[in-house]
Amino acid sequence: MNTNMMRFSFSSQSRNEAFARVTVASFVSQLDPTMDELTEIKTVVSEAVTNSIIHGYNSDPDQMITIICALSDDEVELIIQDEGVGIPDVEEAMEPLYTSKPDLERSGMGFTIMENFMDHVYVHSREGEGTTVTMNKQFNRSKAMSQ
Amino acid sequence: MGLTVDYELKETILLARLNGELDHHTASDLKESWQLALQQPGIKHMVLNLESLSFMDSSGLGVILGRYKELKAEGREMVVCSLTPAVDRLFQLSGLFKIIRFEENERYALETFGVVLS
Repeated sequence: MNTNMMRFSFSSQSRNEAFARVTVASFVSQLDPTMDELTEIKTVVSEAVTNSIIHGYNSDPDQMITIICALSDDEVELIIQDEGVGIPDVEEAMEPLYTSKPDLERSGMGFTIMENFMDHVYVHSREGEGTTVTMNKQFNRSKAMSQ
Repeated sequence: MGLTVDYELKETILLARLNGELDHHTASDLKESWQLALQQPGIKHMVLNLESLSFMDSSGLGVILGRYKELKAEGREMVVCSLTPAVDRLFQLSGLFKIIRFEENERYALETFGVVLS
């Protein structure tokens, strides 16, 4: 099985949210995903990067976020990492509509969207050390199964 | 690719059309201009047209729900129209479909407020 990987890091600034999702979408396009699948990938990248900026780094623009993306056969693995404050209670953070910053008009839907749009979402976080979100998704599952 | 907003007054209804990408970055400017637009005298309700929104994430849900709540607190209403399938899915997931009123297109949404376009 051939695995094709890429990795990039960028400043924790909101203007980079569009850059991050477009870059990942461009790399993932090699697997020939559907438009819907590509929209899902862009959306989950946007959600995870936004979480790192707002929550991980408390909107400090001088920190770094790293994205690793691996493609193999028809599957994509996405890893989005920050070295921010971490999440004290991951289970609580992943509950739909939960937000630690309601004053910032956060909808509390970020993790719910990630879990709905991807096959697997795993969150590893340690207070004071940072958060790593690992997500997997298989493309064209129906097409692959009918062959 | 940022976000642009066109505001237009149709009788007493504020019509806002979003073009481009609505994420955490573009949401803060949108919130500011939207709140300013709503302060114009004589506006009763509003219609939000999302037909040309090419991308939205949960930050978009947050800023739309925020304005919805502000309007509602003043006894005013917001109707959202012309959802793309991707945006429609986010509203379904978040349960906002049960709270906000949605209409198929702009003309129909305006009509529900009694604005008839010639």
